[in-house]
Amino acid sequence: MIALLLILVPLLTGIATFFLKKEATAKGWALLSSFATAAVSILGLTILNRSDLLQFKCDWLPGLGSTFSLRLDGMGQLLCLLTAISFPLIFISTWNRQYKNAHNFFALMLLSQAGLMGVFLAMDALVFYFFWELALIPVYFLCSMWGAEKRIAATFKFFIYTFVGSLLMLIGLIYLQTQTPDRSFEIDSFYRIALKRENWVFWLIFVAFAIKIPVFPFHSWQPDTYEQSPTAVTMVLSAIMVKMGVFAIIRWLLPVLPHASYAYGETMVTMWTIVGMLYASLLAWRQNDLKRLIAYSSIAHLGLMVVAIFSETQIGMQGAMLQMFNHGINIIGLWIIVEILERKFGTRKLSDLGGLAQKAPVMAILFVVIVLANIALPLTNAFVGEFMMFTGIFSSRVFSYELLTVPLAGLTIIFGAIYMLSMVQKVIYGNTNELTENATEIGPHEKLALGIIVIMILVAGIYPQPFLNLTKETTELILKEANVLPF
Amino acid sequence: MMFSGLLLKQKSAVRTVALSGLFVAIVFNIMETYGFHLFMINVGGMMNFDRFALFFNTIAMTCTFIFFLLSAREMEKVGLQYADYFALLFFILCGIILSSSFSSLLILFLGIEIISIPLYVLTGSDKKNLKSNEAALKYFLLGSFSTGLMLMGITLIYGNSGSFAIDTITTPGTKPSVLLIAGLLLLMFSMAFKVSAAPFHFWTPDVYDGAPTVFTSFMATIVKAAVFIAFLRLFYLAFGDIHATWKLFIAILTALTLFVGNITAVFQQSVKRMLAYSSIAQAGFMLMAILALNSIGAEGILLYGTAYCLSTIGLFAILVKMKDYTFDGFNGLARHQPLLAAAAVIFLLSLAGIPLTAGFLAKYYMLNAVISNGEFLWLVIFAVLMAAVSVYYYFRVIQAMYFKEGEPQAMEISSSFKWIISLVAALVIIIGVYPQILFNWFYF
Repeated sequence: MIALLLILVPLLTGIATFFLKKEATAKGWALLSSFATAAVSILGLTILNRSDLLQFKCDWLPGLGSTFSLRLDGMGQLLCLLTAISFPLIFISTWNRQYKNAHNFFALMLLSQAGLMGVFLAMDALVFYFFWELALIPVYFLCSMWGAEKRIAATFKFFIYTFVGSLLMLIGLIYLQTQTPDRSFEIDSFYRIALKRENWVFWLIFVAFAIKIPVFPFHSWQPDTYEQSPTAVTMVLSAIMVKMGVFAIIRWLLPVLPHASYAYGETMVTMWTIVGMLYASLLAWRQNDLKRLIAYSSIAHLGLMVVAIFSETQIGMQGAMLQMFNHGINIIGLWIIVEILERKFGTRKLSDLGGLAQKAPVMAILFVVIVLANIALPLTNAFVGEFMMFTGIFSSRVFSYELLTVPLAGLTIIFGAIYMLSMVQKVIYGNTNELTENATEIGPHEKLALGIIVIMILVAGIYPQPFLNLTKETTELILKEANVLPF
Repeated sequence: MMFSGLLLKQKSAVRTVALSGLFVAIVFNIMETYGFHLFMINVGGMMNFDRFALFFNTIAMTCTFIFFLLSAREMEKVGLQYADYFALLFFILCGIILSSSFSSLLILFLGIEIISIPLYVLTGSDKKNLKSNEAALKYFLLGSFSTGLMLMGITLIYGNSGSFAIDTITTPGTKPSVLLIAGLLLLMFSMAFKVSAAPFHFWTPDVYDGAPTVFTSFMATIVKAAVFIAFLRLFYLAFGDIHATWKLFIAILTALTLFVGNITAVFQQSVKRMLAYSSIAQAGFMLMAILALNSIGAEGILLYGTAYCLSTIGLFAILVKMKDYTFDGFNGLARHQPLLAAAAVIFLLSLAGIPLTAGFLAKYYMLNAVISNGEFLWLVIFAVLMAAVSVYYYFRVIQAMYFKEGEPQAMEISSSFKWIISLVAALVIIIGVYPQILFNWFYF
């Protein structure tokens, strides 16, 4: 019931929003709907946390071996919670922005939320594919209609990229279905596939996920799209949508194709990813545009999660799951700051900003906390995640070059500190210039949204145990399926 | 119907007779499917109205019904012989029914010819337009050539087996004779011509572009789907035993068709011509059912036919209303006609094969059919790459409608047209989410 509600609430309210003509009503309605979804998600975590409520199953395409099967496991809970609390934050922080045809904007936002929820809930490969695509379509329209100048070309590139990936994945999934013992798309049947020669299927599916994450060399859509999208959509893309790729590797790739994952996990995937992380970090360092800087930093952060997953250790995988959640929260915080700056000064150029700490101290404090969280300072949420991931990579049984992997990945953390801190320095310290001279403090909405984020950062940083309990069971299951080595 | 033009002077009366006649035919057909036989005619084993055929006939007639509802008024603009157009369309429908239920090669030939000859006439029905005349002549010459090939093929097969009945053509377990294979190839080529598979597709863009748009809509959809059904039926029932000998040919045809259709469509400036090439590309996907030759493919081609017909008819109905057929003509349509634009988006997404629309499941069935045969995986990968190319040109229309500014066009759109087009769009989505409604009917 909870599982179904998480999809239905945004879906139905989203469709209804198309018919609300007034901007203010549409806005309020969307906020209300997102609160309702968040409430459902939190209820599912706390009071109504019973397994019969967390799953839903009905016949869908019996001829094809597909059932409409949804289930919330620990990892799903975490990501649904992220999706559910991100949307209210996004709506609150962009409350003052004017959109033309606002009702369409909010309707598409809610539809994309429904699609994302579906991806995290689906326990049937075809349903998963369905939602995977459905999350994409509204985002395509959102970026193309409300984005910046070069939006059409940028989002089209993004769309074609991900569409090619997902079609290849579709072939992979159909092939895997023909290999299941009972010709079914259910995840349990997928876990029973025993293939030895599965290499090309691995690549078909991995490419789709790698494009989404994005893993080097499939990343070239990402900075352009982030830059050109309206910031509210960039938040959806970077906080939640890219997590679809990481999530999908954990659920649909590693346990389903353990041999290929083991064979390629270290040699190819990890090497590529680490090269990509270093490359993205260096690029981030040289950016003058805030959005592009954060976009490149996100490639580096997500790369680390991929490496940690392929290390196939309990601690590394739990760290990756935790970090998916934390990174989502942190990056929304960063985007909110970008959105504020852009709205106030009409620019995102680092070289045009400066001296904001004197003019807007509250914003400066919140900004610094979020940045520190993003570079994983102890007591912040990302520290826990990254620490666990590094431990996982280091203690991995399947990796044999960890002495090379860990220092290189560690280097990106150092780079991360360098570019993030120099960004802080350029934006809020130094002297004011004529643009920032008359800067004012941020408004109450933004304070509220940023305040919530900072509280979450600190809580998850000081007491991450509930998150770890939540993901423990899922991780054990996945690792049991993924294990190919004798103990 | 042919004589109704003499009796009825008013155009609306002709239209009403056509719609009600078709409706009665649909009802009879559905009753037949459920086992109520109104009358039995002895066809002497020449035809076999099995469930597959009846089910397709229902689909074809329903699509024609929708086509009449959407575009019947537009036919008035083509020329003066309003009733004759309906008569010709009904002839074609007869041909479709013959060719979807044949069990003798003679009936197949008859059906295909009954489809083709009225089509030549309809293509040239815009008498004052040079392009329409050119298209008709081209279509006629090339079409007769391919009919000649088909006759030769049938003759060779008759020479081999001594019978026109399709179930006696091959005997399982024996090696096919050279005569039979020659006949089979000739038949394959002529059918490939009729469904506009590359490299027999050269007539398609010119004919589709030259013909009046309302009739293009009919021949690119329902006729094409019907010929595919005949194609599948022929190769399933007659040549199914010697699948191994001819499947490579079909695989090459499929790959070529997908390549030519999709790549050429990218470079078109006119939406009408783009749709002509896209119909070639879609034919490539439908050929995969013939390649796979299994039950998933047979089900899939019915679904594909339905999805493709509904989306393309809807899209053409909108196109007919436009003044300017280029991509720029669609600029800013979303602002002036939000409902039409939204419907067009659904149709385009369906053609591109995006989930939640009928087109996705149709493509899915085709891919699944070929994958479960276990061979030709290269073709599947090639096909999805080509499907990604198709996104490019379908989305150009969406981009023009939604993201570009344009001059408002004066279009006369009645509210009934709006209702029907939204209904068709809803149907595309319903089939895409829950295709069982289509198939429960098939198996019940």
